Amino acid sequence: MSKENVGIVIVSHSSDVARGTADMVRQMVGDEVPLAWCGGDPDGGLGTSVETILGAIDQAWSQAGVAILVDLGGAETNSEMAIEMQPEERRSRIAICNAPIVEGAVMAATEASGGASLDIVRQTAEELSPG
Amino acid sequence: MLSDRESRRALIATVAQAVIDHADELTALDQAIGDGDHGINMKRGAEAVLADLDSLADKTLPEGLKGIGMALVMKVGGASGPLYGTFLMSLGKALPEEGGAEDLVAAFDAALQAVMARGKSHPGQKTMLDVLAPALECLKADPRAPAALSAAAGAAAEATIPMQAERGRASFLGERSIGHMDPGARSSALIIDTVCKTLEATGEAAGT
Repeated sequence: MSKENVGIVIVSHSSDVARGTADMVRQMVGDEVPLAWCGGDPDGGLGTSVETILGAIDQAWSQAGVAILVDLGGAETNSEMAIEMQPEERRSRIAICNAPIVEGAVMAATEASGGASLDIVRQTAEELSPG
Repeated sequence: MLSDRESRRALIATVAQAVIDHADELTALDQAIGDGDHGINMKRGAEAVLADLDSLADKTLPEGLKGIGMALVMKVGGASGPLYGTFLMSLGKALPEEGGAEDLVAAFDAALQAVMARGKSHPGQKTMLDVLAPALECLKADPRAPAALSAAAGAAAEATIPMQAERGRASFLGERSIGHMDPGARSSALIIDTVCKTLEATGEAAGT
């Protein structure tokens, strides 16, 4: 796995959705991008957890940065919180993509696997969003 | 303000217990217009706070507030974790150790702004901000009137019933969100009410 490429983090309320999305990325894009996923609240129910998001960011960390794909509201809020809790030098190299989680993750990872910058990776994922 | 350990410990424990006791009510409100996890999430956060009660009470008020905020951020699991966590961490950050009532007003204002930024929201969108913003106005009018603050927070939560949600999961419902109290507004009012009543009972509010 190349640590030169932008990493992808998938954050869903459901661990099944997060894992399934990661499976699709792996199968469609391969192993060229650092990839991590997390889903579920601290008790294993539906929800998201800052603690597990922090862990996923660490796992997918790359010098080129990390793009995060989220599903619903709390996933975004918790991801923003996790970014703020990162060391300062990391914060500007993490981006939350405003994109549908499955399609966005696949598109972002495809772009990242070609060595694109974090900005380009995010833009590519966000092309999927209306408006 | 809350300079002795026992009064801090009692306040933290009472508020956490009130949240736990009202978990079912909060969940029922959230089932009507949200995803039905607000009570469960807030209860999990309150239990995390209770588990750490002694060390939180050992801290000064500002440091204790930051500690509670961090516990909520890490343990709650829904959007309410970062929102309440941001509120309490900002409150703790803005509050001087030997603060008086005026400092509380300024700190509450800073904390409200931080929640607005975190939630990308403003009052009027059927959220916790619709309780926190009127609560700030009430504090500005008289920072030493817990009964008035408690009443204002309760009335503000009631006033979210006819509002249409514009943020969070409830906004997906559009007009169908009208007619239900916002769960975050209710939990905010509950917490404010419990803090006010506890401080009033111990005479803390008069001295602040």
